[in-house]
Amino acid sequence: MLAYIATRVGRAIFTIFLVLTFSFTILAATGDPALLIMSVDAPPEAIEAFRERYGLDASVWQQYIGYLGNLLQGNFGQSLRDGRDAWDVVVERIPLTLALTVPAFLLKIGIGIPAGIYAALHRNSFLDRLVMMISVAGYTVPSFVLGLILILIFAVNLGVLPSGGQDTWRHAILPIVTLGTAGAAIIARYTRSAMLEVLGQPYIRTARATGVPWPKAVRRHALPNAAIPTLTVVGLMVGSLIAGAVVVESVFSWPGVGRLLISAVANRDLMIVQAILLLVAVCMVTSNLLVDIAYGLIDPRLRGRSGSRKT
Amino acid sequence: MTSAPLISVSELRRTYKVKTTGGWFSPTAELKAVDGVSFDIRPGETLGLVGESGCGKSTTAKLVLGLIPATSGKVVFEGKPVAADSKRAWREQRRRMQMVYQDPLGALDRRLPVGTQAMEPLDIFGEGTKVERRDRMLALFDAVGLPRTSVDRYPHELSGGQRQRVVLARALMLRPSLLVCDEPISALDVSIQAQVINLLKDLQEQLGVAYLFISHDLKVVRHVSHRVAVMYLGRIVESGRPEEIMRAPAHPYSQALISAVPSPRARGKERIVLEGDPPSPVDIPKGCAFHPRCPLATDRCRSEAPELHPFGEQRHVACHRAGVSITSARGAA
Repeated sequence: MLAYIATRVGRAIFTIFLVLTFSFTILAATGDPALLIMSVDAPPEAIEAFRERYGLDASVWQQYIGYLGNLLQGNFGQSLRDGRDAWDVVVERIPLTLALTVPAFLLKIGIGIPAGIYAALHRNSFLDRLVMMISVAGYTVPSFVLGLILILIFAVNLGVLPSGGQDTWRHAILPIVTLGTAGAAIIARYTRSAMLEVLGQPYIRTARATGVPWPKAVRRHALPNAAIPTLTVVGLMVGSLIAGAVVVESVFSWPGVGRLLISAVANRDLMIVQAILLLVAVCMVTSNLLVDIAYGLIDPRLRGRSGSRKT
Repeated sequence: MTSAPLISVSELRRTYKVKTTGGWFSPTAELKAVDGVSFDIRPGETLGLVGESGCGKSTTAKLVLGLIPATSGKVVFEGKPVAADSKRAWREQRRRMQMVYQDPLGALDRRLPVGTQAMEPLDIFGEGTKVERRDRMLALFDAVGLPRTSVDRYPHELSGGQRQRVVLARALMLRPSLLVCDEPISALDVSIQAQVINLLKDLQEQLGVAYLFISHDLKVVRHVSHRVAVMYLGRIVESGRPEEIMRAPAHPYSQALISAVPSPRARGKERIVLEGDPPSPVDIPKGCAFHPRCPLATDRCRSEAPELHPFGEQRHVACHRAGVSITSARGAA
């Protein structure tokens, strides 16, 4: 088990390093932020001074080494806009984003998993079909469309909820529902198909033939085995807690990390973009790592084995 | 052997409604999976059920165990009817009749140690104390020839033969009087097959358990069975003692099956190769179901379905031309 975890952690660190390098290279290749931020008709001396101040006059290679060196010391660089520490700018937005994504995540699990299990256990019943129909609708409608529809209904027509901003908890309701719907739909589908797959396995039939009562066969054999594939999807959703609300935050003018990312990209505020990308990468990789470790705990076949998974 | 039967199956039928084509409104047809099967098994006896794929062997097994309801017919086990719908009585019968499937890896939950799984039947029926249950499990692991160290292993850590032993141990945990074995060895390597067959025979001697042994492999069935029944398209076409059926099969289908068994002595002998595939069970031919493939078929076979009738000692055949040998008929022609 230790070797298993060690390999996974090693890979996770390598993945983050790759993300860093790629994002740095691509951002460096897309043009000179000095020209955009200082405006094109600024005097050449001022642009030169700006470049010097933020180290943009060095070669890309030197900038990269310098950036990595700073990172290792916990320095994420400064915002090119107001010179504040990039990390501070990002971190102050995180609680706002989490205020949307965490309740939405609970909503996804709380609705998706029970709905999926119910649908699988009552396969082809009316409710099964209803659940699956809603779930197809839930994940095919893009979140910005769903968001606008909800605004139209609850803010414009009924006037019961605000359409955007983040002054009170009531402002959070529509974004949370918007975020939660698609996720719940996806989880419901995955849970249902995982359950159906497991319920069709010979060991369930064997358990029944042995005299195991149905509810017990479901609890003891079906649910734990169906949990394995479901966990993958849920794990990926944990990874998107920070970055998953970019679109929805824009629709509802919610000042979280997602909107910061959009404005930073528009303003070519390189260090902010880099800091957010790094944060997102770390979240994704960590959640994948946790899923991998959880796999090892749930599925004995993976224990004590590093590297390739055997099915 | 004239003791009362342990299980008595009479006129068992199971049909399924199937769509003839894929569409929503296409007409449905009736698929006769099992079509009037009757047999008895006495305590401690093995009945071998042979036939090719799709002839209804496995459906028969499920019907016998009450895992699926029969369309008509009756199964009486230890004096009580087996019905798939009566819950408590059915569950109580699980103690007395158990099943072993073809794929031992599939029959085990990969997430639990095999010892825990083997003990599950005892846990469910609340037999004895925890220590007693564990002792019983260990005793059965000994009986099926599994090392005690394998108790805490997971299914993927055992070999195919060992897994099938675990499945056997679990099936025998509640001291059943009937074990239904559905192709129990066909997923195993040939060398392991012999071990498991011998184990089954030893366990029968020790525990007095009866087997319904289902296989497509005649030479295996001959080896374990006291009596054999040959199935074709949902019906039993011949039954009797294995050595007699092997020596002189009376039904032409049995003759073809037996001539297909590879044997060093049969080298050079003419093999009976049946023409065509078995007809679809949706569209069973009129008269004798076997007549389109039967080299001996006459007009009577094409119009009148033969009943299973006695043929010699302890033997039954459903054929108008029972006892006529295909090879000698060919020689005469």
